[in-house]
Amino acid sequence: MELIARERLLGWLRRGLPLVDRPYRAVAEDIGATEDDVIAEIARLTETGAVSRFGVIVDHQALGYTSNAMVVWDIPDDVVDAAGERLAGCRGVSLCYQRPRRGAEWPYNLFTMIHGRDPDEVARCVEALAESCGLTGVRRELLFTVRRFKQTAPCYGARRA
Amino acid sequence: MMDDLDRRLLDEFQRGFPLDPRPYAAIAGRLGCTEGEVLERLSRLKAEGAVARVGATFRPHRVGSSTLAAMAVPEERLEGVAALVDGFEEVNHNYQRAHRLNLWFVVTAPARERVEGVMAAISRATGLEVQEFPLVRAHRLDLGFPLWN
Repeated sequence: MELIARERLLGWLRRGLPLVDRPYRAVAEDIGATEDDVIAEIARLTETGAVSRFGVIVDHQALGYTSNAMVVWDIPDDVVDAAGERLAGCRGVSLCYQRPRRGAEWPYNLFTMIHGRDPDEVARCVEALAESCGLTGVRRELLFTVRRFKQTAPCYGARRA
Repeated sequence: MMDDLDRRLLDEFQRGFPLDPRPYAAIAGRLGCTEGEVLERLSRLKAEGAVARVGATFRPHRVGSSTLAAMAVPEERLEGVAALVDGFEEVNHNYQRAHRLNLWFVVTAPARERVEGVMAAISRATGLEVQEFPLVRAHRLDLGFPLWN
């Protein structure tokens, strides 16, 4: 697929496909490619990992999942990979990233996002996660989200309409 | 009001969306309804705000450079500092969280130098330290999560 067409396809994926019976054909017509090309390119983007998820993107806030916390864990370095894999596979965990510690005040090296309908549900979920992953003795903190100032798609280059 | 079919539509197709020329017919086949019904429901769920879009989320770091950053902002300055941070087009997420480090944001740019430049500019403009928490390893990207059951 030509670079321009590919860039425009990425724009469609970011904004959302049209809700019509043949969405790939509709996009193909707009970007000057074939339906098969569009399908193959989305498959390729997913396989290579450039796209982490392709599907129905739900708005958790609108569905009543109004509470979430960034939960940070202080995991011994030699088991942080294993703990990360276990936590990543658990229900309720939407993101699971290793990040560097920052001194005595910030000893946490594993960051997870946990969602729920209210703070109690988030807290119960964290408790259950710690139990099921063998992390009850591990120091952790819950940083509840108080306010969302900004949430937009990342800008990696020149903006396109 | 949402029914079981709505919930399955929201829950079971957050990834692995059918790459079939008629994806909504493929979904209808799995849910035991018609293609028209799937489209009608998704349109309604989108109008109601439950569905943001049928589309993609992208993996960080594959294009350009990004990092997570945090600041400890005095409560009375929070609004102003948050607005200043929001003003950078390189900032795509910015949240207040309940902690001493109370402002957390993601900086994304085509090149690492620009990411560093934005953090330095925020620090200069506010007189506050900007702590960086770069990604070491992703165990789970935004893959969605089950809403029910």
